[in-house]
Amino acid sequence: MKRTIITVVGKDTVGIIAKVCTYLAENQINILDISQTIVQGYFNMMMIVDMNRTEKHFGDIADELDVLGDEIGVIIKCQKEEIFDKMHRI
Amino acid sequence: MINIFEVAETNQMIEKENLDVRTITLGVSLLDCVDSDLGRLREKIFRKIYDAAKDLVKTGDEISREFGIPIVNKRISVTPAALVGGPACKSAEDFASVARTLDDVAHEVGVNFIGGYSALVSKGMTEADKLLIESIPLALSTTERVCSSVNLGSTKTGINMDAVKLMGEIILRTAEYTKDEDSLGCAKLVVFCNAPDDNPFMAGAFHGVTESDRIINVGVSGPGAVKTALGKVRGENFEVLCETIKKTAFKVTRVGQLVAQEASKRLGVPFGIVDLSLAPTPAIGDSVADILCEIGLEYAGAPGTTAALALLNDQVKKGGVMASSYVGGLSGAFIPVSEDQGMIDAVAAGALTLEKLEAMTCVCSVGLDMIAIPGDTKASAIAGIIADEMAIGMVNQKTTAVRLIPVIGKGVGETVEFGGLLGYAPIMPVNRFSCDAFVNRGGRIPAPIHSFKN
Repeated sequence: MKRTIITVVGKDTVGIIAKVCTYLAENQINILDISQTIVQGYFNMMMIVDMNRTEKHFGDIADELDVLGDEIGVIIKCQKEEIFDKMHRI
Repeated sequence: MINIFEVAETNQMIEKENLDVRTITLGVSLLDCVDSDLGRLREKIFRKIYDAAKDLVKTGDEISREFGIPIVNKRISVTPAALVGGPACKSAEDFASVARTLDDVAHEVGVNFIGGYSALVSKGMTEADKLLIESIPLALSTTERVCSSVNLGSTKTGINMDAVKLMGEIILRTAEYTKDEDSLGCAKLVVFCNAPDDNPFMAGAFHGVTESDRIINVGVSGPGAVKTALGKVRGENFEVLCETIKKTAFKVTRVGQLVAQEASKRLGVPFGIVDLSLAPTPAIGDSVADILCEIGLEYAGAPGTTAALALLNDQVKKGGVMASSYVGGLSGAFIPVSEDQGMIDAVAAGALTLEKLEAMTCVCSVGLDMIAIPGDTKASAIAGIIADEMAIGMVNQKTTAVRLIPVIGKGVGETVEFGGLLGYAPIMPVNRFSCDAFVNRGGRIPAPIHSFKN
């Protein structure tokens, strides 16, 4: 299964996770794992998701998450998992 | 499973430390385009490259988007034009028209450079080689994206001094032909000793005759990532220093390997090599000279620079080799002057001279790169500098190169601005003593002995 990593970084505020998760649910994207920390007042979240059931193109999802990030005031990045696997696993 | 810290580290390298894939270069063989009719030759070349590369830029952009890694350049390298154009081109103008075809197709498919307007003359020159070399000033002044290279020597054949002398004149003439743009043509012209067949980096990329019909070669970068990693081990001993460089080079190269494999799969073109070179850009924090400073030098060029560069180059290779299934190209640290803010600063501070740069090229990849010199430098002096650099490559069994820019109308103390990735450079002084009698001898320097190494 090809997995995707979604990262959300920005100033902490109410409802960041809710809004991102709502968008993912609406697009049939299943969340496999979430981890989250606050570093120096900044919200850091990483989700591992499964995008196999969504009908949208990867680029469109990335664009829409970008727009959603602008609305909430955070930066949302959407990247295929392989780049992290390649770099950190032998 | 990947954790949040690993993800954050990767993204920090990309966003803050300028980690990127410098180039995906598609190599295309033009050997099957050979024709005795110039019109047909040009048409075949256009068609072959267009068919091979029409999806290159789109595919590169898609990969970039999906993995979140910038892929700065998408480029093409082709079979050395002197080999392809020989039967059809009867004059320098004929050859220059082939260069215009290469430029047209580069514009059409959207790549920013196309390399392979080249001749391989390490032992001797054919008529076609001579015509191509003669046509370089015209070709580079009438095209925008074509890059030219000439291989003048090798460890196996020695140095073709006739060609070295000729290239001294050609570089000066190219500078003259493009003097309205600060002699920019010379930034797209490089001469080599031991030129590799699979180099993805410009201006020296060409598709060697030993390569398959099409191939994907990828050049990674990441001086900023290495510098940041070294910042965390400041004051530690050489063992820690070297381990840190190796680990970072491994990570950087893995990204290149991933991109190369993806591009290969999506374009249906075999994967050739990953080039491990640390390639700087004029952007702040993307400098090889800054790494040397982080290792412990006040400026690049200070005593200790050659040793620091030697260890950097070696550790990058040691880390990178394990990260990629095939390594090739130039693979080392690049030390261009105009493309590296730290090098520019070192020259401006008086810490770095042409002679020190020459010493540095003994231990790192490539050679005297993107160095602006006074426009009134004699052709024989340029040929002498080239001969010195070729000798270093020949004797040490390594690739060396020279990309000098004699800036017409400007002298020492002035600055020249090329723009974009090519950057800007202070004009450096050249040793003013003559080597005319040496350069004018003619003939070849024989290949060196391969035993009795001292």
